[in-house]
Amino acid sequence: MTNTAGSRGGRFDQLFVNLGPQHPSTHGVLRVGLTLEGEVIVKAEPDIGYLHRGSCKLAETRGYHQCVVLTDRWDYVSAMPNNLAFCLAAERLMGLEIPARARHLRVVMCELNRIASHLLFLGTYGIDLGAFTPFLHAFREREMILDLYEMLCGARLTYNYIRIGGVMSDITQEWAAKTREFLGFFKPRMREYDDLLSFNPIFLARTEEVGLIDARQAVAWGLSGPNLRGSGVSYDVRKADPYSSYERFDFDVPLGKRGSCWDRYYCRALEMRQSVRIVEQALDGLPAGDIAAKGVSKTPKPPPGEAYAHVEASRGDLGIYLASDGGAAPFRLHARAPSFINLAILQEMLVGRKVADVVAILGSIDIVLGEADR
Amino acid sequence: MGVILEKFPKAAKALPGGSVALTTADAFIGWSRKYSLWPVQFGLACCAIEMMAAYAARFDFDRMGVIPRASPRQADVMLIAGTVVKKMAEPVIRLYHQMPEPRFVVSMGSCANCGGPYYDSYSVVKGVDRLIPVDVYIAGCPPRPESLLYAVVKLQEKILKMKLAKGAGATPQQETGARNINA
Ligand code: SF4
Repeated sequence: MTNTAGSRGGRFDQLFVNLGPQHPSTHGVLRVGLTLEGEVIVKAEPDIGYLHRGSCKLAETRGYHQCVVLTDRWDYVSAMPNNLAFCLAAERLMGLEIPARARHLRVVMCELNRIASHLLFLGTYGIDLGAFTPFLHAFREREMILDLYEMLCGARLTYNYIRIGGVMSDITQEWAAKTREFLGFFKPRMREYDDLLSFNPIFLARTEEVGLIDARQAVAWGLSGPNLRGSGVSYDVRKADPYSSYERFDFDVPLGKRGSCWDRYYCRALEMRQSVRIVEQALDGLPAGDIAAKGVSKTPKPPPGEAYAHVEASRGDLGIYLASDGGAAPFRLHARAPSFINLAILQEMLVGRKVADVVAILGSIDIVLGEADR
Repeated sequence: MGVILEKFPKAAKALPGGSVALTTADAFIGWSRKYSLWPVQFGLACCAIEMMAAYAARFDFDRMGVIPRASPRQADVMLIAGTVVKKMAEPVIRLYHQMPEPRFVVSMGSCANCGGPYYDSYSVVKGVDRLIPVDVYIAGCPPRPESLLYAVVKLQEKILKMKLAKGAGATPQQETGARNINA
């Protein structure tokens, strides 16, 4: 903390506070420079780049299949949609047709990952606001999903499961049975979270009137995902621009009303229920057939051109732009990362709030710095 | 602590039966240190999610006396969980120097060990041991929570072997300035 102005002219009581990069509640290495007047924030400057690993540049030196590995590590809390976005763009570039079974399997994995990611949010958001118990509950269920992934592809976080042309491996009978068992276990648990956290009076008091974003503001700042839907704007890539056979599934898009921290939180809680529905439908109607397109080269060299694909990742609209010059590595890879864009609104939202609300607001945006910085 | 560590062994050796007192003290201090390893609560990247899993119900880090502290001033261990990029290098060094001695560092994951999947990236420090001394390395991308538990066990073994007469792990690091992170 430094007193910026002091008595040498300027406002006497302005204080500059550094939040991060090491702070237990910034969800990674985000730094926010806060200028305070008493307890009220007058200026907030998010400072990113503490996790900039240059993966978009690295992609230009890797083959297409190797790039999938890099995408795993963007949004490391839910890596499957990242894999999927990249593969969709690459497949568009190569003009590949994906078998129906592979498309369904991709949906199953992405939705399970959405549950895992929202569970992590739920747990850590509880910690941010001083409730430790939901974290333990949420992680118990999350571990079960990670076990399923481990059974499937051997990894708990960085899956590299969705490959260009299809998926890495087929599911077994045992896996499907375990997944159903998990869903059966999980459904009543969502009521438990509501009792523990969602309708807890202390939690409500700290989130209900805090961090309001109205619909116009949300659109103007380019928010996406639960942050946008929390403000009541119904936009979901799965509905608006279906990919990977999402048009075949029956699910709702939960919306918030006022765009408060609680609305965003509860949107995620409701989304988990919808994800459960999608997984059940996908498992029930899993078509037979191949799990990968035939004839995908090990070192693909797509014809020169560009492609863009976007998916509804756990944090919002994740878009991948790929350009090829006919070589074995992408000529250019660009990601429209939802965390990065959602983060920008902080500079407007935090102004005029009290210091005590900062953590509640920051947590409700649910950013992953690996994706914001890449 | 530093003063005691420096003065106590010399004083104890001068007394009759002093070395017995010294080994007893060694055993006692090592035993108490070993079961209260408090890490700085700070995660960098993907590996930090596995670190969180280790704190949660299934792996239950608390039973080994590992309880995260929000401030480096109260911590003994720094778990470097994730990629250290050049912009983060300065804060990591500063955090390390803010920890009281004796302090330990666990490098978790390939990124912190050597750069991992970003071994040829322009912005990543190729191993945190270029910045600060590391006690235990864990391989994996990300390592499983079990390996983190194992690393703590290894660190406990190391602590038990520390001798007061040899400084007991207090390795004053005077320099705090920037290092060559581009090397
Ligand atoms: S070692 Fe792997 S999992 Fe860990 S931070 Fe690096 S890329 Fe992420």
